[in-house]
Amino acid sequence: MRFAVRRTIFYLITAWAAVTINFLIPRLMPGDPVTALMGRMQGRIDSNAEESIRVLFGLDTSSSIWQQYVDYWGLLLRGDLGLSFTFFPTPVAEIVQQALPWTIGLVGIATIIAFVLGTSIGVAIGWRRGTWADALLPITTFFSAVPYFWLGLIAITVFSVTLGWFPSSGSYDRGMVPAWSWEFVGSVIYYGFLPALTVVLSSIAGWILGMRNMVVTVSSEDYVTVAHAKGLPERTVMVGYAARNAILPQVSNFALSLGFVVGGTLIMEMVFSYQGIGYTLFQAVNTQDYPLMQGCFLVITLAVLGANIIADFVYAALDPRARQEG
Amino acid sequence: MAQDTSLVESETVVEPAVEHRTRDPRRPKRFLFLRNGKALTGIGILLFFGVLAVVGPWIAPYDPNQVSVDLLQPPSWTHWLGTDHTGRDILSQIVVGTRGVLVVGLIAGVSATVLGVVVGVTAGFVGGAGDETLSALSNVFLVIPQLPLIIIIAGQLPTAGGVTVALVIGATGWAWGARVMRAQTLSLRKRDFVEAARANGERTWRLVLAEVLPNLTAIIAAGFVGTVTFAVMSQVTLAFIGITPVSDWNWGTILFWAQNNLALQRGAWWWFVPAGLCIALLGMALTLVNFGIDEFVNPRLRSTGMNARVLRRRRIRPRIGFTPVLRTPPGAGPRAAAAGPTRKERS
Repeated sequence: MRFAVRRTIFYLITAWAAVTINFLIPRLMPGDPVTALMGRMQGRIDSNAEESIRVLFGLDTSSSIWQQYVDYWGLLLRGDLGLSFTFFPTPVAEIVQQALPWTIGLVGIATIIAFVLGTSIGVAIGWRRGTWADALLPITTFFSAVPYFWLGLIAITVFSVTLGWFPSSGSYDRGMVPAWSWEFVGSVIYYGFLPALTVVLSSIAGWILGMRNMVVTVSSEDYVTVAHAKGLPERTVMVGYAARNAILPQVSNFALSLGFVVGGTLIMEMVFSYQGIGYTLFQAVNTQDYPLMQGCFLVITLAVLGANIIADFVYAALDPRARQEG
Repeated sequence: MAQDTSLVESETVVEPAVEHRTRDPRRPKRFLFLRNGKALTGIGILLFFGVLAVVGPWIAPYDPNQVSVDLLQPPSWTHWLGTDHTGRDILSQIVVGTRGVLVVGLIAGVSATVLGVVVGVTAGFVGGAGDETLSALSNVFLVIPQLPLIIIIAGQLPTAGGVTVALVIGATGWAWGARVMRAQTLSLRKRDFVEAARANGERTWRLVLAEVLPNLTAIIAAGFVGTVTFAVMSQVTLAFIGITPVSDWNWGTILFWAQNNLALQRGAWWWFVPAGLCIALLGMALTLVNFGIDEFVNPRLRSTGMNARVLRRRRIRPRIGFTPVLRTPPGAGPRAAAAGPTRKERS
């Protein structure tokens, strides 16, 4: 219980910090790009929407910074993230809402596959330390050193331009109407396969290496030796004794590296023009659409936070010590 | 620290430890890090890129911005890595761009490491409320996804040049180092030698600088290398999505031009493959150095330096749970001992 309370407080603080950073960044920047944009949009924005953009970006110099902060929270709590300049006059919240499920689907599935697969491979390699299995290590090192987006470029070249097996961009066949039909879902899987494959390929190396090193370390612990001495089957010792303990840091690493993985996959969306939040952020950056940029960052951060909470509770379920010590 | 279950798995002569090579016990230890093949390879590659970064602009065959009539040429003798859509030489772009990549990596790495050490060591050493606050701060920065944060900061800066980007990366990427540093400082703080220095009436700053920091060297180095890797990746990514000025050459800029001019669809592999390989090579070199540091610090990982063939030749049967330990027969000389796999150094 203590554990849950502590973590909840921590996540509340983090969420608050993320919102505050989002509030401060436009106000700390030199120059005033938003005013220039507002000038260009003169007359096309209705006064209500203009007001919310003013509050979001601190153009309202007449009120104190504290008053601005309170107003800002007020807007956020009502779900008002301002209007997008690029997709004028669509509200940012609406754009983000459309993009988010795609990202969660792609990143979520790919990350879980990479984690499960990488951890299992890591156990296998760590268990057979000093045999041919170690030859896999340099390969994984290479893949962990390659930037995500470059791997995406190569995948597009090989699989869609040269071989023509998969489409190089988009998230479903544009000729179809989104619906819960087999046909449409099939199209989504078909279009999502290549991005997911690249995400898995480039993030799996980290999981393999982490798990391998943990298995190597754990397998010289006394309880593993004892399990061997008792004559338990090799498999039981590997899975039930070594891997079971080695996976704990892996899970806590999962929470910590999630931000990194998400950052990388956002870039992947940009490469594949996959209509998720990363691609939206990319468009926003290129067109200097500040409200959309801010909105994307906020939503990404909150999503990562949510995933962290889940990872935390999984960890607590796996490791009784975490529950007790808090 | 948990003790290894050392067992002699080898059939070579069993002999009580390392007594015979105590002629100069300090020398071999000092070069232990460099004896590690991985670290050596990594440092070699880093040196290569370092030299390239210094002399790059002078040895580049062409001016990277010079437009010519050889549009989108595949590699040839005149253009070793071909040309882009306006006839600019790609090899020159890569050679000149090396400096940008390394400078940003270095500045970001140094600034993030300094921040991390200051925050982490302070938190670990001070303890109490200060520790709580600083740890909460670094945990918050750990959870907030860094790349999107860097993107929105750099995207709103009017001019996001190399140094600015490096500082932004440094300002957002220190948290991991701080966390590791804090944990280690906590365990060092109560050690006898620190207590002894404290009892001698040393001032706090001297305790930190002379007693704690030297013992953190390996971790600081590992953190630094990790941060440089992250900084290089972030910077290249930022250049690739076009946030940093496209006139500053670095490897990401090349990829930016390639992506925006449909290099993929035109099959111009020479445009984006070499730049990506350079990034991968640099990243790999940094990772290898980090492996070297890891194995230097954690002897259990060290036997991984041997592959299966070497193990068989030395008649060591790898078995889980036991660290293979090799003891050299007397008179075999320090060379054989040096080639030995996981001799146990002091732990």
